[in-house]
Amino acid sequence: MTLILGWLKGFGLFWYGFVVGDDWTVAATVAAALVATGLLHAAGVAAWWLAPAAAVAAVGLSLRRTGW
Amino acid sequence: MSHSSVFVTTFLAAAVEVIEMVIIVVGVGSVRGWRSTWLGAGAGFGVLAALVLALGTALRAVPIGALRLVVGSLLLVFGLQWLRKGIRRVAANGLRGMGERAASAEGVPAEGVDWTAFVLSFKGVLLEGLEIAFIVVSFGLAAQALGTSVLGAVAALVVVAGAGLLAVGWVARIPRSALQLVVGTLLSSFGTFWAVQGLGVAWPGDEAAILGLVGWYLLAALGYVALGRRRVQRLDVLEVGR
Repeated sequence: MTLILGWLKGFGLFWYGFVVGDDWTVAATVAAALVATGLLHAAGVAAWWLAPAAAVAAVGLSLRRTGW
Repeated sequence: MSHSSVFVTTFLAAAVEVIEMVIIVVGVGSVRGWRSTWLGAGAGFGVLAALVLALGTALRAVPIGALRLVVGSLLLVFGLQWLRKGIRRVAANGLRGMGERAASAEGVPAEGVDWTAFVLSFKGVLLEGLEIAFIVVSFGLAAQALGTSVLGAVAALVVVAGAGLLAVGWVARIPRSALQLVVGTLLSSFGTFWAVQGLGVAWPGDEAAILGLVGWYLLAALGYVALGRRRVQRLDVLEVGR
């Protein structure tokens, strides 16, 4: 049981580190941008530019927040 | 459609996908080390082979859009992490670190499997492999020349993967500090392309949009590096003035 819990914890920590890393706001911005892209696409708006723009902005804000 | 046309068409279409696959594997292997990257690639090919054998021409029923969205989103958020680290390193140290061992990269375990390298490589191979399988099945069935279509894809794999292996030595000469930035740029570009495509959105220029994305992320990274270097120089001036 302890072994399974330890494995599950390690598995969860790995995916948390993989997706979120040291700044959760980047992953959250990307997720929000993709949801917005999907909604705009459904409304018939060409929204291919939104995710790359949001990603670059998220990186800049993250760098600034972490000491730049 | 003649057999030679099927061969050339499949070869070219598959080559585009294989290039993407090879860039991910070579990039990840160069930054994180090769053992776990090869394990991930091997596992990706294994799952792909099992899917192809189990489903055959029914492979087209696999929801590739959802797969692109999931794999693309994960590659994008992870690629942005490497991009940030690469920007910080290049801004702080310039292009130092040439020839250092890949295992010196941050967070790479000295023993056992490096799951980060494994997962990145596995996803890249599985998604691209599935896209190649779709191309083979679509072209092969449409032209009633499945065998020729398979041959075209295998030839693309051999030629492009061979070129990729030759490029490993060249990639090893890229300074370590810059390599993470470059690979972060590539992972972010592929991730963005696949995630947005997975939502059903069409990219202007189709696959050529990946080149535009690489340019976009690279320009942004270089801009942030320039800002960071200016900040480092300002701090140095303040330090000397004390």
